[in-house]
Amino acid sequence: MSQFFQQVINGLSLGSIYALIALGYTMVYGILKLINFAHSEVFMVGAYTGFYAAGALGIEGLEQRGAAFPLYLALVVLLVAMSASALLGVLVERLAYRPVRSAPRLTPLITAIGVSLLLQNLGMLVFTPNPRRYPPIIKEVRFELGGVIVTNIKLTIFLVTLALMAGLWYLVQRTWTGRAMRAVSVNLDAAKLMGIDTNRTISATFAIGSALAAAGGILFGLDQITINPLMGTLTGLKAFVAAVLGGIGNIPGAVVGGLLIGLAEQLVAGYVSPDYRDAITFVILIVILILRPEGILGVVRQEKV
Amino acid sequence: MPGHPQLGTKDWLIRVVISSGVVAGIWGLGLGVQAGLIEYVQRIVLLCGINIILAVGLNLINGTTGQFSIGHAGFMAVGAYATAFVGVKLAPGVAAALGAGALADGVVFNVALLVGALLSGVAGLAVGVPSLRLKGDYLAIVTLGFGEIIRLVFNNTKALGSATGYFGDSPAGLPPYTSFFWVWLWVVIVVLIVRNITFSQSGRSLIAIREDEIAAEAMATPTTRLKVTAFTVSAATAGIAGGLFAHMQSGIRPEDFKFEKSIDMIVMIIIGGLGSISGAVIGGIFLAVTLELMRDLQEYRLVLYALLLVIIMIVRPEGLLGTRELSLSFFKRKAGAK
Repeated sequence: MSQFFQQVINGLSLGSIYALIALGYTMVYGILKLINFAHSEVFMVGAYTGFYAAGALGIEGLEQRGAAFPLYLALVVLLVAMSASALLGVLVERLAYRPVRSAPRLTPLITAIGVSLLLQNLGMLVFTPNPRRYPPIIKEVRFELGGVIVTNIKLTIFLVTLALMAGLWYLVQRTWTGRAMRAVSVNLDAAKLMGIDTNRTISATFAIGSALAAAGGILFGLDQITINPLMGTLTGLKAFVAAVLGGIGNIPGAVVGGLLIGLAEQLVAGYVSPDYRDAITFVILIVILILRPEGILGVVRQEKV
Repeated sequence: MPGHPQLGTKDWLIRVVISSGVVAGIWGLGLGVQAGLIEYVQRIVLLCGINIILAVGLNLINGTTGQFSIGHAGFMAVGAYATAFVGVKLAPGVAAALGAGALADGVVFNVALLVGALLSGVAGLAVGVPSLRLKGDYLAIVTLGFGEIIRLVFNNTKALGSATGYFGDSPAGLPPYTSFFWVWLWVVIVVLIVRNITFSQSGRSLIAIREDEIAAEAMATPTTRLKVTAFTVSAATAGIAGGLFAHMQSGIRPEDFKFEKSIDMIVMIIIGGLGSISGAVIGGIFLAVTLELMRDLQEYRLVLYALLLVIIMIVRPEGLLGTRELSLSFFKRKAGAK
């Protein structure tokens, strides 16, 4: 039984990271009906920005002296990475997606794949393909709860995810920007006629989604210890599946989907075989798309002629 | 609608003569290539042929039918593994019956290729039936999922070498069956099949599905059946390309068939123009040659490649040819217009 709870704890913390990334996919899809493949690279860049920011703040010296990285500096690292990714997300939208926004739907999709490849290969060039050990922005402390090992890192992942989601909820439901985002996702043209600056709203959506992905990147680095420029590919795909599972375009759905995918992955790895932990995500994707393409929390939309 | 005219003996004779002429031509060209070009260039010529098969086959579903698959590397993998495996198992028996040599190799290779095409076609059917109910990016994502699952299955199959890859039973690896003659013979066969489908009545229905699926259905087009058929044929051609690709090297690994391979195929048909067979041919050659020419740029190569893709999508999303075809009459029209 304790093994089961161990897998559930691990699954939920991994799932929180997927949920953070999935939010970016789902928000962009909700507004532009575009699968933003470059999102997984924004996540990767976020993780690397955190890596370099922690380095610049002298984490190595502190580590050698055995001192812990102060919490306020960890927050600075998080903020720097989130801002850098937000900027990258906005730039990608501005330079690559906006020119093809009114083209047939497959053109933006292929553009997104191209941007993803571009950022990935630039990442290999700039960050080098070697995996890097992620700096311990938070020093690991293990404790045992009834046979289940919990670390403060896993707890931090929960807490940071919860805090960011609360912030996102406030932003989307209680601010004018959020209201504009909801209006644009219902109907872009109507929103424009109502005087909403749709371009600015779309930029804001990309900025918020990308910032969340960067937070996911740092938490991923803390959880998995190493990062590399290709880390976004598989993780991004899984997060995208999470968004589809929850109902793409649906914000609470992305969270539910992320947690479920994380749980499923850990349970398969623990009870079936670690070889199939990646395959289960795609099996879930196919089953959900064939049985209920609108996802768990999605709404059915009838196709009109 | 008028029926097809009955073909007389004379027509059949003409067909046989033309076909033999084409086969002999490929044979002769192959000898010339072998004698005149260094091995490195020969390899590029083979890659061009394999790319053409991939592009023309994928174009049938992505371009002509408008149902976007981004997981065709999976079908290529099925064909590659099936061809390699069947070829290796068949070779000793056939060599014993026919005597070792070019004849036995040719028989083994082509039987194995056909088995590979059949199996990847079956895989295409199995993936297509449930997936083709979906549209647009949902379909794209589900094919991506299936492609990854196929790769992960090979990655975990011990009999096929798991992640290390399949190298046959002998220490020398897979036999080098893939020659200029076989590659380009299969190019001609695949292009002819796809061309005949595209310009048949079913092909017109496929285009109708691309343009407006609901309207096509309203006109009593059996949309589901046609989409699944096109998908299956397309998967089978990817399987043939996979088999030819497998025997170009000593072994095949699951990572040869990653998502990036599917992207490569899409880039080929996009460069040439979605929905154009001649465009797919041009795109296939273009990709093989440019990627080789850029090899000196090393790590900048893939950056430039991705940048090229994005720029093409922004500047000329319909590709070089759009849905037009290059043919003799096309050039005549161009000349006439001037």
